[in-house]
Amino acid sequence: MMEPIFFYGFGGLAVVTALLMVTRVNPIASAVWLVVCFFAFAALFITLEAHFIGVIQVLLYAGAIMVLFIFVIMLLNIGAEELKARTMQFSGLLGGLVTIYLIVLITLGLLKNPVRFFEPLTEGYGYVAPVGRLLFTKYLVPFELTSVLLLVAIVGSVVMGKRKL
Amino acid sequence: MMITLTHYLILAAVLFCIGVFGVVVRRNILIIFMSIELMLSAVNLVFLSFSRYLGTQDGHVWVFMVLTVAAAEAAVGLGIIVALFRNKQTIYVDEVKELKG
Amino acid sequence: MDYAIAALKTASIFLVVISIVPVLIWLERKGAAYIQDRRGPNRAAILGVRLGGLINSLNDVVKLLFKEDIIPANVNKPLFILAPMIAFFVATITLAVIPFADPIQLGSTKLLLQVADLDAGLLYVFAVSSLGVYGVMLAGWAANNKYSLLGGLRSAAQMVSYEVSLGLAVVGIFLMAGSLKLTDIVAYQGSNLFHWNILLQPVAFFIFLTALFAETNRLPFDLPEGESELVAGFHVEYSSMKFALFFMAEYAHIIVGSCIITTLFFGGWHIPFVPVDLIRMNAELVAQGLWIGFAIFSILGGGLLVRRFKKGKYGDLRDYEPLVIGAPGILIGFALLGLFAIFAQDWEFLPWGKNIFIATLQAGVFLAKVLFFCFFFIWVRWTLPRFRYDQLMRLGWKVMLPLALINILVTGWVVLQS
Repeated sequence: MMEPIFFYGFGGLAVVTALLMVTRVNPIASAVWLVVCFFAFAALFITLEAHFIGVIQVLLYAGAIMVLFIFVIMLLNIGAEELKARTMQFSGLLGGLVTIYLIVLITLGLLKNPVRFFEPLTEGYGYVAPVGRLLFTKYLVPFELTSVLLLVAIVGSVVMGKRKL
Repeated sequence: MMITLTHYLILAAVLFCIGVFGVVVRRNILIIFMSIELMLSAVNLVFLSFSRYLGTQDGHVWVFMVLTVAAAEAAVGLGIIVALFRNKQTIYVDEVKELKG
Repeated sequence: MDYAIAALKTASIFLVVISIVPVLIWLERKGAAYIQDRRGPNRAAILGVRLGGLINSLNDVVKLLFKEDIIPANVNKPLFILAPMIAFFVATITLAVIPFADPIQLGSTKLLLQVADLDAGLLYVFAVSSLGVYGVMLAGWAANNKYSLLGGLRSAAQMVSYEVSLGLAVVGIFLMAGSLKLTDIVAYQGSNLFHWNILLQPVAFFIFLTALFAETNRLPFDLPEGESELVAGFHVEYSSMKFALFFMAEYAHIIVGSCIITTLFFGGWHIPFVPVDLIRMNAELVAQGLWIGFAIFSILGGGLLVRRFKKGKYGDLRDYEPLVIGAPGILIGFALLGLFAIFAQDWEFLPWGKNIFIATLQAGVFLAKVLFFCFFFIWVRWTLPRFRYDQLMRLGWKVMLPLALINILVTGWVVLQS
C-alpha cells in the first residue's frame, strides 16, 4: 500500500512548507516555500485520483499565479532595510494559540463522525474527458460566469495598473 | 493503516488554519495574499476528498471554479499591491491607515 | 518492478539528453561558423583526432567541471545555488511524457517507450515548461545584481506572455485528436504525411514555434540575456558548474522543444508514408537494406577521408587524423558486407527481436526529426537579429494571441462540421 506513504509524506511536506511560508520575513522566500507547498498539494490531489486537477494545480498556481507574485516582489524590489524584521511577539503568540485552538476544535469535531473509507473507483475517474463533460453540461452556467469573472479581473487589473486613466 | 476521509479533512483543516494564522498575524500584504491562496488550496483539498469519497466528479468542477477565482484574485490583488506601493511606498498593511478615524 | 522500470527509463532518457547536449554545442559553434563564413572550432585534439571540432566540447566540459566555483558575497545563498538546479531539472523532466516509439510487445508484457503515458500528457508538458521561468527569475533575484534583476524581470514577463500563445496554439490539435494524451495525438497523425498536424494546423505550428523560441530564451527572443544591454542577464554572477547547468538547461530546452514539436506536429515516431504494418511484414528486407546501406556508407565515407590524407599539412599528429578515422571505416564497411554475404541467406527475426528492431527504427526516425529541429533552432539564432522589448510584447499580445484565438475558432467550426 503506497497511499499512507504518499499521504503522510506529501501532507507533512505541505504543512511544513505552509508553516515556513507564513513565518519567513523575506517575501521571496515565502513565495518559494509556497510553490513547494502547491507541489505537495498537487501530489495529494493525484493521490485522490484527481489527475486533471492535480496537473492544473501545478500549471495555474505554480506556473502562473506564483510567477506573478515573484514578478511583483521583484518589481517592487524592496530593499533589505525596508524588510525590517517585524517581530510581533505578542500578536504572533496569540495568533498561534488561536490557530492551534481552531485546529483542535475542528479535529475533535471531525473525529466525532464515523470513519468513512474510500470506495474503489471506476476506470477513468478524474481524467480530463469526464471533468470536461461535466463542465460543459451540468455546470455550463457557472463555467460561463467564471469567464465573465476573468474578464472583470482583466479589466480591473488594467485599471489598477494604469498610472493615469 | 487505511487513509480515510477524516485524514484528508484534518489535513485540510490544519492547512486552512495555517493560512488563517498568516492572514491574522502577518502585516506584509504579499504574505497575506499568499496565505489566502493557501486557504483556497486547502478548500480545494476538501472538495476533492469529498468527491473521492462520493465517487462523483462534481467536486473537480468546483475546484476548477475556485482556481479561476484564485487567478482573478491574484491578478487584481497584485494590481492593488503595485498601486499601493506606488502611492505609499509600503507593503505593510498597518502603515496604510488614512481612513482610520 | 514497475518503479524499477520507470527509474531505468528515466535514467536512460536523462543520459541521452546529457550526451546530446555537447553535440548540440558543437553543432551550434560549427553552424554559427559556417553561417558567418569561418571555420569554427578545429584546434582541440586528442592524439591528433579532432572529430571536426567535437573534442572542443569535451574540453569545455572538463574546463567547466574544474573551474573555481565563485559565490559572490552579497547573494542570497540558498536561492543562488538552487536556481541553476531548478533550471536544468525542469528542462529535462518534460521528456517523461514524450513517446519515442511504439510500445514493444515482449511476450505478454508491454514495454512503453515513454516514462509515463499520462491522460493529461499535454497539460503536463505545459505545467512543467511553465516552471522553467523559476530558474531564471530566482537566479536573477538571488544574484543581487541590477543586470541580473532586469534579466529576471524581463524573462518573467516574456515567458508568462508567450505561454498564453503557446497553450492556445495547441488547443486546435487536441480538438482534432480528441485527447490530451500524447500517444493518442501521435496515433491520430499516423504515418500519412498529409495527415500530420503541420499540414492540418499550419497556423498553430508557426505560433507554437515562435512562442517556443521565446520560452527557450533564444534569439531572436533572448532579451533576458541580451549581452549588449544586460551583459549576460540573469547569469552574470554565475561561474563554473552552476553556469554550466544554465548552459545545459538551455540546450536541454532546445531538445525538449524539438521533441514536443516533433510529437505534436510532425507525426512523432511515424516514418512518413511507411505504415508500421508494412515494416512489420518486411522487417527482414528492411534490416538487410539498412545493413548494406550502412556498409556502403562507411566504405565511401572512409574512402573520402583517406583521400584527404596529405602529409605535412600541419606537420604534426593532426596530419594522420583522416587515416585514423577513415581506414577503420573502410574496414568496418567491408566486414559488414562480408558478414552479410555469409549469413544473410535465409533468416527471420524472432518475434521479440522484430518488435525491438521496429521500435529502434522508430526511435531513430524520431531522433532524426528532433535533431533537425535542434539544427533549426541554431540556424534561426545565427540568422535573425534580436527583438526590441516593446516589439516582443506587441508580437506576443497583439499578433500571436488573436491569431491563436482565431485558429481555435476555425478549428472548432471545422471539427463541428465533420
